[in-house]
Amino acid sequence: MIPFITSICAAAIVYAVSILYAAIGEIFSQRAGIMNLGIEGIMLMGAMTGFVTVYHTENLLFALLSTIIVGLVLGLAFAFLTVTLQADQTVCGMAFLIFCSGLSGFLGKSVTGIASAVKFQQIDIPVLSSIPVIGEIFFQQDFFVYLMYLVIPLSIFYIYKTKAGLMLRALGENPASLDQAGINVFAMRYGYIMFACAMTTISGACISLSYTNFWNEGMTGGKGWIAFSLVAFSRWNPAYAVLGALLFGGISILGMNMQVYLPGIPSQFYGMLPYAATIIALIITTGSFRKKHSEEPAALCQKYDREDR
Amino acid sequence: MKKGTLRFEKKQTVSLRRKILNPVVFILLGFVFSSIFIIANGFQPIPVFAKMISYSLLNTKGLIGSINAALPLMFCGLSVAIAFKMNLNNIGAEGQFAMGAIFGGAFALYGPSLSAPLSSVVMFFLCALGGCLWALLAAALKAFWKVNETIVTLMLNYIALLFLDYLCYGPWMAPKQTTAMTVKIPESLFLPVINGTSSGLILAILVAVLLYLFLKYTAAGYQISVIKNSLSTAEYAGIPVKKFILIVLALSGALAGIAGFVQVTGIVHRVQAQLPGGSGYTGIVIAYLSQCNPLAIILVSVLFGALQNSSSVVQIMGVPSQIVTMLQGTLMISVIAGEFFNRYRIAFYKAERNDYTSERNDDNQEPKKRNDDNQESKKGAVQ
Repeated sequence: MIPFITSICAAAIVYAVSILYAAIGEIFSQRAGIMNLGIEGIMLMGAMTGFVTVYHTENLLFALLSTIIVGLVLGLAFAFLTVTLQADQTVCGMAFLIFCSGLSGFLGKSVTGIASAVKFQQIDIPVLSSIPVIGEIFFQQDFFVYLMYLVIPLSIFYIYKTKAGLMLRALGENPASLDQAGINVFAMRYGYIMFACAMTTISGACISLSYTNFWNEGMTGGKGWIAFSLVAFSRWNPAYAVLGALLFGGISILGMNMQVYLPGIPSQFYGMLPYAATIIALIITTGSFRKKHSEEPAALCQKYDREDR
Repeated sequence: MKKGTLRFEKKQTVSLRRKILNPVVFILLGFVFSSIFIIANGFQPIPVFAKMISYSLLNTKGLIGSINAALPLMFCGLSVAIAFKMNLNNIGAEGQFAMGAIFGGAFALYGPSLSAPLSSVVMFFLCALGGCLWALLAAALKAFWKVNETIVTLMLNYIALLFLDYLCYGPWMAPKQTTAMTVKIPESLFLPVINGTSSGLILAILVAVLLYLFLKYTAAGYQISVIKNSLSTAEYAGIPVKKFILIVLALSGALAGIAGFVQVTGIVHRVQAQLPGGSGYTGIVIAYLSQCNPLAIILVSVLFGALQNSSSVVQIMGVPSQIVTMLQGTLMISVIAGEFFNRYRIAFYKAERNDYTSERNDDNQEPKKRNDDNQESKKGAVQ
């Protein structure tokens, strides 16, 4: 029983990490007042870019770099549309979703379904990995998981304990007051959107370079959306996002494993679990029957126009 | 500052000519933009586009194929548009489509056999009901608990598609089949075909006209536009917003469900896994490009039907069929960017003098007046 539980926990962590990059990125973006609905598509672009690079160069570092560059470029485009041209964020996000999922399928067609020679391998942390149970769950993972161990505390520290984090929170609540204080609101938004998109593409790379080692059209299969709803679920706090990601990870991994133990139920019903769980979690955390006031950034989804101030 | 500066300034009104010309220009730019990716993938864009257009629009057979491919898109476009009209994002047309097909399919495959026109009518309403109920799940959450309808409708897509998958691989699967599809539905349920075009087109045009009249000339249509423009005004005026959320999303879902009806009875004549095939998402693009005008949706859908129809011919040239989705996205982004120039004009200032040196051929007079004021005040200063 114990090996079964540890293997499920370890798999849940891998799953959680693959959506956490995108979710934390989106938390930053939404805290800056920009909602990016295109996560799912951008993640696919990341997965495709990473895989195509690895396929041609067999170099994981190049793959990671190219993924980040693609993320930054997509972020720049998204920021240009939503910040400079002040287009509607929801519509823009949907356009990016469709564009990126199409483009990733189009450019990645030639390498569909082929396994790559290299992928991120499991690295055992010397002493820690030999601790029974805990070592197996936390310290026999790969690069993306260890990087995430750094990203989580850093992002929490950044948002709540630094001056830049304070400005970020203000940006999502009241950009006009920041502008009056002489801070370049537009540049800040550009920066956070690009950061968010780069994080989202890393999530995608996680899926095509570590979770699996192939590329398939639409391979994220809704993970981007789960990451997106995780943001509202976590009430814009990376710490809760971690808990939520582990919860979703646990549910979907359990679903996959239950199939083996309870074959009577068709696999499609297990496949529905994470989506149903997302809806339920969303109702519980954002439903208006909650007495507590919403932590949603007040300027979320609102374009900032100096002339309207 | 010695050099002149470029500035954007807001326009108060947009002429109708501009409103139509602007998307057209930016759609063309979108094609240019997407050429970059086509070249990056090692193909020649111009022959590809030429082949797509000549195959799917410039001959009768191709055009008929395009219109048939456009039928479900028309209903999905209308479905998304009516929700957009009230600032609701229904990106669940895909799932509502699937649910409509499931409800209708259950009747067609296992329901009692009725006489010919009656059975079609029953199936039509069952499909609409399926989509409607699926959308109402999200609508109720939105209306009563203010849960974000965007995410809920999307998650429901995945659930509906998995359920359709289960049915088509499981209990509904046709015997001696390896692909996930049911047996053909009874022929009495097929939509009649007129000159190769499915009569679903008449249904689509009828629904679009009704929707247009409803939005433009009824009190409810007006109230919807009030809710879109200002929620607080609507609440103050006593418009039952919750009721409208339920009604509009139910209607939206029903339209997507009817897309399922058209697809099953008019085109594939059976229920199969992945039946919607992305139509729900294409509907978003169509609704946006047509600026939610139901009549424009019919026309734009035909263009998108042509895109989809031509995906098979470009595949023969070796171009991946995903070019269609990519083009849809590029066009949408391009038109979004173009929208900006409907709201703003570019003005060129010379910094030393305060006059406007830009060309102004728009119908907006306000800046001119300001200009005159400026000159007057300058004169005053000199005197």
